[in-house]
Amino acid sequence: MIEVNVGLRVGAFDLEVAFRNGEGVTALFGQSGSGKSLTLSLIAGLMRPDRGHVILDGKALVDVERHIFLPMHRRRIGLVFQDSNLFPHQSVKQNLLFGRWFAPRRSREIDFNAVIETLGIGSLLARRPARLSGGERQRVAIGRALLSCPKLLLFDEPLATLDMQRKLEIMPLIEQVRDEFKVPIVYVSHAIEEVVRLAATIVVIDAGRVKAIGSPGEVFGRVAAHAAEERFDRASVLTMKVVGANEAYGLTELKHPSGTVWLAGPAGSIGGIARIIVKATDVTLSLGPPHQLSTRSYLSGTIEGIETDGPLAMASIALDGEGHLFATVTRHAFDELGLGSGVRVFALIKTSALDERKIASLPRG
Amino acid sequence: MLDLSPASLADLSPAEWTAILLSLRIAVVATIASLPFGIFTAYALARWRFPGKMIVNGVVHMPLVLPPVVTGFMLLILLGRRGVFGPFLADIGIVLSFRWTGAAVACAVMGFPLMVRAIRLSFESTDRRLELAAGTLGANRLWTFFLVSLPLAIPGIVVGAILAFAKALGEFGATITFVSNIPGETQTISAAIYTYTQVPGGDESAMRLTVVAIVISFAALVVSEIIQLQAEKRLASFE
Repeated sequence: MIEVNVGLRVGAFDLEVAFRNGEGVTALFGQSGSGKSLTLSLIAGLMRPDRGHVILDGKALVDVERHIFLPMHRRRIGLVFQDSNLFPHQSVKQNLLFGRWFAPRRSREIDFNAVIETLGIGSLLARRPARLSGGERQRVAIGRALLSCPKLLLFDEPLATLDMQRKLEIMPLIEQVRDEFKVPIVYVSHAIEEVVRLAATIVVIDAGRVKAIGSPGEVFGRVAAHAAEERFDRASVLTMKVVGANEAYGLTELKHPSGTVWLAGPAGSIGGIARIIVKATDVTLSLGPPHQLSTRSYLSGTIEGIETDGPLAMASIALDGEGHLFATVTRHAFDELGLGSGVRVFALIKTSALDERKIASLPRG
Repeated sequence: MLDLSPASLADLSPAEWTAILLSLRIAVVATIASLPFGIFTAYALARWRFPGKMIVNGVVHMPLVLPPVVTGFMLLILLGRRGVFGPFLADIGIVLSFRWTGAAVACAVMGFPLMVRAIRLSFESTDRRLELAAGTLGANRLWTFFLVSLPLAIPGIVVGAILAFAKALGEFGATITFVSNIPGETQTISAAIYTYTQVPGGDESAMRLTVVAIVISFAALVVSEIIQLQAEKRLASFE
């Protein structure tokens, strides 16, 4: 377990962050420049904090007050960088084994073959990094960090430079790493889809301060937690049950107490739970159930709050049963329909807007 | 009349051979012996921050801007038989003045700035995050240096070494000032050419040595070019 409580001033930027991780993945989430990568540097030992401490499994990695500073090579923390930073003069295999060689013999618990199999990099071992694609490089980088048998794995925006197709390939691999190798992970990202899919705990960081800590549902389900973000780039996280599939049309049916959502393509296993993320701008509001419309997915609820900004209005809807949904509509439409707190509405969600990227299967247990 | 036929140019006299072999020996020893110091200095200048860095940088580059004769004279003052460190060196069995070893020292000093510049550029162009990556994987600074920084700087090190070698081959002013111009001991190709041009009928010998100097220098340049190209190809990325 890691406990972070640090402060650092860099120029005009002031960082003051405290959190602990639990099981699985802890995500540091925030806009670029919020200080989340800086926090990662302090954990990894690339930088020294001005005050505070980082404690990993009961051992102080840095404690300014007690004058402890463990250099990075003695911290046993694996770091996966945004751009893989593989050693260009070594083969993939040499890269993978680099950290293993420095790990104490008795703690080399992670099996080489298990890692290359999980990451699907067995056929790349003899190649040099220059002969790898971006996605392959990042897989090797994950393997390299993992094979140093770290007590903690840090990911610094590992998917940010990859295209959508590569992201879809690698995200499930990170999930597998999380589930198979039992190494706690701290994952830095500004992409909601990634943190919702991977993380058990999300730490929202803004302007060098922790704004919220909690599960994805808690953090993204509250208006207050969003104040820091792009105003109308909000999203809601909903937990749904996978009830069936329409194979003729290639659709999956998800049930929520407030309605049904149809997804294009497969999602999880029938009877299981899926977490979906709906951007506020992908929601249309209607006073009645949709009629003569192409939209088939809708949820019912009651408007509980409204914020306006220029021509736009953001409605927060308490869904029937449980959960909240954000919807961005124009202020004009809002006034014409007579929307306001307490009004019952139907929130229409375009199924095409719910691609695989925005869906996450919940980790078991 | 100057005879420029290939047969004449290839027909080197024993004295000329002596000068060539001596030049090669001095240049090779000067390059190899100064290489570890060059790598260390280049790395320190590229990666470390320390007080007096500007001064170190200045001292390293001095031989590049000073008249070579001045550098040679300073070597004489410092390392000559009656110089500042000369007697001490003589006590431990090292005599440099008027010896080929002294010529190697002069050549090493003159080539040092060129060597350090090339290697330093190579260290500076290496992505620092690769060194950080090695650190997070458990390598301490020394391991990181030998496993990451040094291998990645090899193209620059080769170029630096070849530049220093070429400089050593052509060095004249500092060498002749420090160790004089003794055939068989300190008379390099350059000094020999100079000597031949000063005596009647020496033009042909001077010409032959000039051709040899051109061939060696050109070969060194080609080798450095090939090594650089290979290194670039090896590290080149698809993107």
